[in-house]
Amino acid sequence: MNFLQQLRLGFRSLLLHKLRSALAVLGILIGVTAVIWLVALGEGVSYQAQQQIKNLGATSIIVRSIKPTEEANRESGSRSGIAYGLLRDDYDRILANVPTITKAMPMREINREVRNGEFAIDATLVGCTPEYFDINRLGIERGRPLSAADMEYLDNVAVLAYEVAERLFPIEDPVGRAVQIGDEFYVVIGVAEQRTASAAIGGSLAARQYDKDVYIPLSTFRARIGDRVITVRGGTFQNETVELNQITAVVDDMKAVDSSADIIRDLLRRYHKSLDYAVVVPKELLEQAETLRTMFNVLLLLIAGISLLVGGIGIMNIMLATVTERTREIGIRRALGATKGEIVQQFLWETVVLSGTGGLLGVAFGFLCGPTVALVRRTISELFPEVWSSLPPNIRDLEPLLAPWSIAAAFGISVGVGIIFGIYPARRAANMDPIEALRHE
Amino acid sequence: MSSVATENRPETGRDVVASVRNVTKVYRLGGEDVKALAGVSIDFHQGDFVAIMGSSGSGKSTLLNLLGCLDRPTTGQYFLGGNDVATLDDESLSRVRGRYLGFVFQSYNLIQQLSVVENIAVPLAYQRPANPDGPELCLRLAKLVGLSGRLGHRPNQLSGGQQQRVAIARALVNNPHVILADEPTGNLDTATSLEIMDLLDALNNAGRTIVMVTHEPDIAARAKTVISLRDGKIESITHNG
Ligand SMILES: Nc1ncnc2c1ncn2[C@@H]1O[C@H](COP(=O)(O)OP(=O)(O)O)[C@@H](O)[C@H]1O
Ligand SMILES: [Mg+2]
Repeated sequence: MNFLQQLRLGFRSLLLHKLRSALAVLGILIGVTAVIWLVALGEGVSYQAQQQIKNLGATSIIVRSIKPTEEANRESGSRSGIAYGLLRDDYDRILANVPTITKAMPMREINREVRNGEFAIDATLVGCTPEYFDINRLGIERGRPLSAADMEYLDNVAVLAYEVAERLFPIEDPVGRAVQIGDEFYVVIGVAEQRTASAAIGGSLAARQYDKDVYIPLSTFRARIGDRVITVRGGTFQNETVELNQITAVVDDMKAVDSSADIIRDLLRRYHKSLDYAVVVPKELLEQAETLRTMFNVLLLLIAGISLLVGGIGIMNIMLATVTERTREIGIRRALGATKGEIVQQFLWETVVLSGTGGLLGVAFGFLCGPTVALVRRTISELFPEVWSSLPPNIRDLEPLLAPWSIAAAFGISVGVGIIFGIYPARRAANMDPIEALRHE
Repeated sequence: MSSVATENRPETGRDVVASVRNVTKVYRLGGEDVKALAGVSIDFHQGDFVAIMGSSGSGKSTLLNLLGCLDRPTTGQYFLGGNDVATLDDESLSRVRGRYLGFVFQSYNLIQQLSVVENIAVPLAYQRPANPDGPELCLRLAKLVGLSGRLGHRPNQLSGGQQQRVAIARALVNNPHVILADEPTGNLDTATSLEIMDLLDALNNAGRTIVMVTHEPDIAARAKTVISLRDGKIESITHNG
């Protein structure tokens, strides 16, 4: 019998018990679909993470101030509150001692309410230099970015993030208008482009959001707001002194990233008594993300293996029943000249047809992953807008990425499972004594 | 030693197609030996029509299973197609069955999910090399047994007599040296039994060698030779007509 005849015979035998065969197919189908979907979602998440890390820049080194733990606070606590984090001197030292650095940017940020008449928003007030927009690849939608002159003259000027501009100026063009921060008024000189979040850095789990930022010159920040920030928490005043929240250094070459980061770490260690800073290297994050992704995929394959194992056991169960029911047929075929090998082949073909059908349907359903996610997204955002807006942006923006290798692997494994779990029933069929098989029933 | 042809028959020049020599079959049953066949020798010649009779337990089925290469004798030889097949391994025995033997069973033993023509074709699936004229041959055989109009029917849509005709056509499809029939009319009424015997007669007249087990004397009377078994030995050989 040739390949096609075997296949046809397999299909026909299975059609004798449609429901039973359909259930066995379903077992494999679910396994294969699960593999493809899980891998697609995993790949989507990891792609997102990689994009966010790349947004930080592969050639940058980011140094963040970190607030010491509570105990450390109390020890060093004085009446004037606590002082921690990066210093303006650190910035100068880094610039002076790391020759590979082409650009560096100090930054300061606090949360402040920003107003335009009755419109208000809890914004992140970012004191930065003109390089900020360049280094973070943040484009300007309208107006202009901060300039060196703004820095020099300590101008009260501000660039608004796209969302801030929309909230504070729902109708009119914000450029040229003023916003109020505390007692001071700032002239809006530009509006930044919309920008997706970048990866979480500096020990905070949340990704860096850009949509609540208001950018003012760092020099203006120092003059108007200062280093010391007083907040009221639980009825007591808290008083923190921070000179800089972040220094971003950009080196000329990817190869120089690691050594430059080491020099920076050395410098900081020398001048800081406690570890009130963190050095983040996006390139390392990228490598970590890659490792994480590999581990995730291995885990998925494990889960997939288990679900296909369950499917395989279902197939074996059905094939054992089939073999028992068709004892007579086996006896007939043996008497008419079939060898044991040919009987094994016949039943293996049947299991392969079962698992292969499950595999193919599973792949077909696998392709529905993208449309299904889109449908779910639309349904939630239309029927439950509050739920939707409360979801983290990482989930809202998640796009599953079908991985070709997962499709091939899922289908291959399903057929392999069919063969492995089909061998025992098939051998059992072949090893029957023909005389007894003919007497069966 | 008895030989169907050499003892009483004039046509001694015909080819021997199958030959058993001093064959015994011993079953071990709970530590006790049961001698199902206690030394049997027979030659079957081209064109023989032999009926094997005997009381229950006399060894008829055991002998037919050995002749059908479904089992191996404990001792003795069995020549089929010029070779001793008594000691072949399982795979070779399968090939021998497919090449030299045709089977007709009491309960027809058709495969239920296959049509008439597909049932006739089953032995062809195991022919090495494949028979290129298989499909035509099946149609011709279906016509020969009078089932041309039922090619697509399933066994359960046919009467017992029709099913046995399909089985006979299937037994012919590999052009076997010997057709082995185990109580071929055992499940049929008298009228249908006669029709089936007419068909076997016609095949025998066309040169087919047939060995048939039966316990009905009037069916055995249709064969040319009747072998009686008793306690695993040949008791008598009679020639009809
Ligand atoms: N598989 C077997 N195991 C043990 N004993 C068997 C087996 N087959 C047949 N026998 C014994 O061999 C003898 C001959 O049996 P059998 O050939 O079936 O006789 P018949 O077909 O003439 O009734 C009987 O005594 C039977 O019990
Ligand atoms: Mg018997």
